Amino acid sequence: MEDIIISTLQRAMVAGTPLLLATTGEVICERSGILNLGVEGVMAMGAVTAFIVTITTGQPWLGVLVAIGAGMAISIIHAFASITLQANQVVSGLALTMLGLGLSGMIGKPYVGKPLSIKMDDWTIPYLSDIPYLGKILFTQSPFFYLAIFLALVAWFFLERTRLGIQIRSTGENPRATETQGVNVFRLRYLSVLIGGGFSALAGAHLSISYSKSWIEGMTAGRGWIAIALTIFALWNPGRAIWAAFLFGGIFVVQYLMQPLGISPNFLAMLPYLATLIILFLISLKDPRKLNAPAMLGEPYKRGER
Amino acid sequence: MNAISKSFHGIHANQDINLVVESGEILGLLGENGAGKTTLMNILYGLYQPDSGQIKINGNPIRINNPVESITHGIGMVHQHFMLIQNHSVIENIALGYKDTPFFFPKISIRKKVEQFSKQFDFHMDTEKKVWQLSAGEQQRVEIIKALLNGADLLILDEPTSVLTPLEIKELIAIMREMKAKGHMIIFISHKLDEIMDICDRVVVLQKGKIAGSADTRNTDKKALARMMVGRDVVFNINRERLTRGERVLSIENLNVFGEKGFQVVKNISFDLFKNEIFGIAGVSGNGQRELAEAITGIRPIASGKVTINGKDITNTSPRHIYDNGVSHVPEERIRFGIAPGLFLYDNAILKQHHLKKFSKRYFLNYSQVKHHTNTIVDRFKVSTHSINNQIRNLSGGNIQKLILGREISEQPQLLVASHPTYGLDVGATEFLRKHLLHLRKQGSSVLLFSEDLEEIFELCDRVAVIFQGEFMAILDSDDERFSDIGLMMAGSKRI
Amino acid sequence: MITIKTTDRYNITAFRSFMTIILSLVAGLGVISIIFLMAGVNPLHAISEIFSGSFGSIYGFKETLTKAIPLILIGAGLTLAFRAKFWNIGAEGQLLMGAIFATWVGLTFGELLPPYFIVPLIFLAGFIGGGLWGIIPAILKIKYSINEVISTLMLNYICAELLTMLIVGPWKGKTRFGFPGTNNLPDSAILGLIPGSRIHYATLILAILCAIVLCVVIYKTRFGYEARVVGENPDAGKYAGINFLKTSLILMAISGGLAGLAGVGEVAGIHHYLGYPASVSSGYGFTAIIVAWLAKLNPLFTIISGIFFAGILVGGDAIQISLGLPAATVEIVNGTLLIFLIMGDYFLNHKITLQFSHT
Repeated sequence: MEDIIISTLQRAMVAGTPLLLATTGEVICERSGILNLGVEGVMAMGAVTAFIVTITTGQPWLGVLVAIGAGMAISIIHAFASITLQANQVVSGLALTMLGLGLSGMIGKPYVGKPLSIKMDDWTIPYLSDIPYLGKILFTQSPFFYLAIFLALVAWFFLERTRLGIQIRSTGENPRATETQGVNVFRLRYLSVLIGGGFSALAGAHLSISYSKSWIEGMTAGRGWIAIALTIFALWNPGRAIWAAFLFGGIFVVQYLMQPLGISPNFLAMLPYLATLIILFLISLKDPRKLNAPAMLGEPYKRGER
Repeated sequence: MNAISKSFHGIHANQDINLVVESGEILGLLGENGAGKTTLMNILYGLYQPDSGQIKINGNPIRINNPVESITHGIGMVHQHFMLIQNHSVIENIALGYKDTPFFFPKISIRKKVEQFSKQFDFHMDTEKKVWQLSAGEQQRVEIIKALLNGADLLILDEPTSVLTPLEIKELIAIMREMKAKGHMIIFISHKLDEIMDICDRVVVLQKGKIAGSADTRNTDKKALARMMVGRDVVFNINRERLTRGERVLSIENLNVFGEKGFQVVKNISFDLFKNEIFGIAGVSGNGQRELAEAITGIRPIASGKVTINGKDITNTSPRHIYDNGVSHVPEERIRFGIAPGLFLYDNAILKQHHLKKFSKRYFLNYSQVKHHTNTIVDRFKVSTHSINNQIRNLSGGNIQKLILGREISEQPQLLVASHPTYGLDVGATEFLRKHLLHLRKQGSSVLLFSEDLEEIFELCDRVAVIFQGEFMAILDSDDERFSDIGLMMAGSKRI
Repeated sequence: MITIKTTDRYNITAFRSFMTIILSLVAGLGVISIIFLMAGVNPLHAISEIFSGSFGSIYGFKETLTKAIPLILIGAGLTLAFRAKFWNIGAEGQLLMGAIFATWVGLTFGELLPPYFIVPLIFLAGFIGGGLWGIIPAILKIKYSINEVISTLMLNYICAELLTMLIVGPWKGKTRFGFPGTNNLPDSAILGLIPGSRIHYATLILAILCAIVLCVVIYKTRFGYEARVVGENPDAGKYAGINFLKTSLILMAISGGLAGLAGVGEVAGIHHYLGYPASVSSGYGFTAIIVAWLAKLNPLFTIISGIFFAGILVGGDAIQISLGLPAATVEIVNGTLLIFLIMGDYFLNHKITLQFSHT
C-alpha cells in the first residue's frame, strides 16, 4: 500500500509537469492581456518537433530547444492577429490550435509509433532523495520536473519583482495608461505571447520525449485546454500554479489507480475534465473582485483611440 | 507650438494653433468641452501626431513621437482620467512610469525616492495601498509625483480640479504655487473661469479647435474670457415658470447602496419627488451620484431601503419593470451603457423601448415603426448622420449623446433620471435640452437631475440636494439663501 | 522613409466584404500551397484534387452535400451564439448528445411506432439532447461566471467519454459481435436517402429551413435583437433591461439543439447505429466554427459556406488517399483559412495606405 501511494504521488508529479509548464506560460501571456487559446496546438507542435529532433540527432536537449523555437514561431500567428490586427482572440486562438494540431499531425506522420531509445535520466538530488517518502516523490524525477518548478518560481519573481514584470502586468490591466508611461504595449504583448508559446511547446516536449517517449497524433489530449482552466484556478499567479498543476496531475493518475476497482475506464477518463468544471465552479463561489483577473484580458488594444 | 493642426474623421480638433509657455509661468488653457484642449495637449505629450505644425523647446524644433520622448524633453502630463493601474499599488504605478526604475527589485528603490519627495512637497502617501483605495485627490498626487520624478519642467494638468473637493483644490493650488516657485512651467486646462483667474499668469482661450484669444489674467476679467470661450455673450434666457407641484411620484426611504469595491457609497438617503418638479442633486462627481441613479433605475442592487414610484414598490426589481413604470434614464457613462456600437442607429434608438407594443408585435419587431421613430428623434434632436442605416459607432460622441437623450426623453416619462445630461453638448444643444427638461416639467413629469454644473442646477431645479460621500448635506428650495455656502456643503464641511 | 498609415473604414459595402473574403481565401490557399510544397506535394495538383474531388464529379458533389448537412445545421446555430458573443466551442459534444438521445428514442420506440411518427420524434429528441447539453454552459456562464470556452470544451470531452461508456457498456449491441456500438436502429427510424447518394434529405431540408428561420430570428425578432445587443455591449443590455439568463438559455438551447439535429442526421441517416464518437462526427463541431465565421455570422450564408467547407472535408479525404497525406491535412487547411479570414476582417475595417516621405 505504501508503495502504491508513493508511486501514485510520484506519477502525479510527472503528470502535473506539462500542466505546470503550459500554465506558467499562459499566466504570463494572459497577464499581458492576451488570451491564447492556442496552447493545445502549440503543445502538439512542441511535442512533435522535440520528438523528431531527438530521434534523429540523439540530443534530447537540442530537441527541447528546437521545440521552444517552433512553439514561439507558430505563436507569432496569434500575436500578429490579436495584437497587430486586433482580431478576436478567441477565434484566433482556436485557429492556432487547429493549425498546430494539423501541422504536428502532418510533420509527425512518419514518426508515429517509433519508440525513442534515448533516455533522459531522472535526476537524483543528492541527500534530499534519501529523505523517506519525499525523496522518492520529489527528488527522483525527470529534469523537466525541476525545470517546471524552477521556471514557475522564476516567472513569479519576474512578474512581481522586476520592472518588466510590472510593465507586463500593467499592460494587461490598462494598456492605454501603460502606453502613456512610455511603455511599448505592442512589444510587451508580443513578448508575452512568445514566452507563453515557448512554455507550451516545452510542455509538449516533455510529453513526447520524457513522459510517453513516443509520438502519436492527438497525444496532448486536451492538456492545453486544462492549462487554460488552471490559469484561472491559479488566479494568474505562477506560484499558485505549482500546486494547482500537481493537484491535477494527481487527478490524471487517479484514473489508473482506480481502474482495478471496476469503475468504468471511460468515467475515469472523464475525471480531469469534470474536475476542471467543478474547480471552476468552486472558484466562482468566491468573490469575483478577488479573482484578480487582468482587467483587459481578451480586449484588443487600439493605439490612439479616443 | 507652431501652427498645429489635427483632425479626426475629417473633423478639425485643432486648427492652426500657436502656443508659447515661458519658464516659471502658469498658463491657463480655457475652453468648453470639445474645444480641442485635450487633443492639443495629447499632441504635446506625444500621444497623437499633428497633421501639420511644429513643436519647439528652447527654440529647437523637435518631433515628439511618443510619450517617452516627451518625458525626456521634460514634459509631464496629468490626464483628466488618471492614467493609473487601479489594481496595482502606488509604488508599482510610480515604478511603471519612472524612467530610471532598476530592473530587479524596482519597488525598493522607488519607495525611497517617493519618501524623499513627499517630504519636499509635504505630501502624505501610503505607497502600499492599491490605487483604487485612494481618493481622487490622492490619485492625482500620485500622477504629479510621477511627472516630477521624471524631471518634468513643463507639467500639463488636464482639468485637474474637476474631480476634487474644494479642500483638495486648495491643496492642489498650493502645490502648483510651490512648483512655480521652483521654476517649473505649468499648463492648466480648465473650463472654470474662477480657477483660471485665480491661478494662472496668462490664459489662452480655445474655441472649436482654434485660438479665440489670449490675455494676461491681470488685464482681463471673467466676462471677457467667457465671451471668447463661447464666441458670444453667455445669456441663458430660460425662465422657469412657477408651478405648483403635483402628487408624489418618486419616494425614496433610507436607501443604502454599495459600490463596485464593496464600500457603501449611498448612505441612508431619503427624499420625495413630485409631479411638475425638477429635483437637482449637486455635488462633486464620485460622491455616490452614479450609484444612486443606478439603484433607482434597477441597474444596481439596493442593500436596504425602499424605492416607490406612484406608490408602487420597485425596490430591486428589473430595469425593464422600472422602465415600464414610467422611469427613463440618461446614464452618466452614456457610451458605456447607452449604445450597442456595432448596431445601426435605428437599432439603438429603441434600446430600452424595443419591448413596447408600439415596436414589437408578439415576437417580431416592427422595423418600419422603429425607423419612423428614429427619424423623428434624428430630426428633433438634430443628430447629424448621413443615414439611420449607419452603425452608431461611426457617429461622433456628441451625436451619440443626442440620440440617447432623444430616446430617453421623447416618450414623456413620468420620472426622468438624468445624469449630467448636458455634459459634452455644444451650447445650442444644451439650451435645447434645458428647455426640453422644463417642458417635461410643465407637462407633468418629474425630473431627477444630477449635475456638477451649479449654474444648470439653479436654473432648472425647484429643489436641490447637495450630496457628499453618499449623504445629503442639505435639501433646500433652489432660491434659498443658505445656498451661498454650497461650496462648503459640497466639501462636506457644512450640513443643514 | 515609408510609413504605414491605417485609418478606420466606414460604409463597408457588401461587394467589398465579399471581395475581402475571396481574397482572404485565396491568400490562405497560397500559404497552404507552401505547406504542401514543404511536405513534398505539388500544391497545384493537391488543391485541384481537393476541389475536383468534392465539386468536380457527381459522386463527389453528393458526398459534399452529405457532409454539408451537419455543417450548415451547426454553423447556423453558432452564428446566433457568436453574435451574442457566446463562444460555444462545444458543438461537437452537443452533436454527440443529440445522437445519444436520438439513438435511445429510436431503439426504444422504433419498433412500436410508424415512421411518420418516429422520425419527427427522434429529431425532437436530438434537439432536446443537444439543447440540454448547450444550456449547461449558459447556466454556468450567467449564474457562476464560468468562461464558456473552457466549459463547452470540457463538456465535449465529457460527452465523448459518456458516449463511449454507453456503447461499450449498457448499450452494447448483440449484433456487433463484441465490438463497441449499439444495435442498428429499426428501419422505421432510418432516414430516407436521395437515391444513389448518402444524402438524407429530411435533414438537408431541415438544415436549409433552420438557416432561413434563424436569419429571420436574428434580424427581425425581439429575441434576435436582444441577442445582438448583448453581444455588442453587455452593459447596454443590462441597461436596456434584457434578461441575460433567459437570452443565453434560449440561444444556447437553439445553438446546441441544432448541433443535436446534426447528430440525429449522422446516426439515423448515415451510420444507422451509435458507434465511437470519432466515427459519429468527424470534427463537424469545430469545422462549423469556421463555417459560421466565413458566413460573416449570417445564418443564411452558412448554406454556402457549409457546402464550401464540406467540399474541403471531402476533397481532403480524396487527397489523403491519392497523395498519401495524413488526416491532419484538413485541419491545416481549416486552421489556415480561418486565420486568413480573421486577418481579412482587419483589412475590411481599416484602410491601409503607405506614405512615402523624405527625411
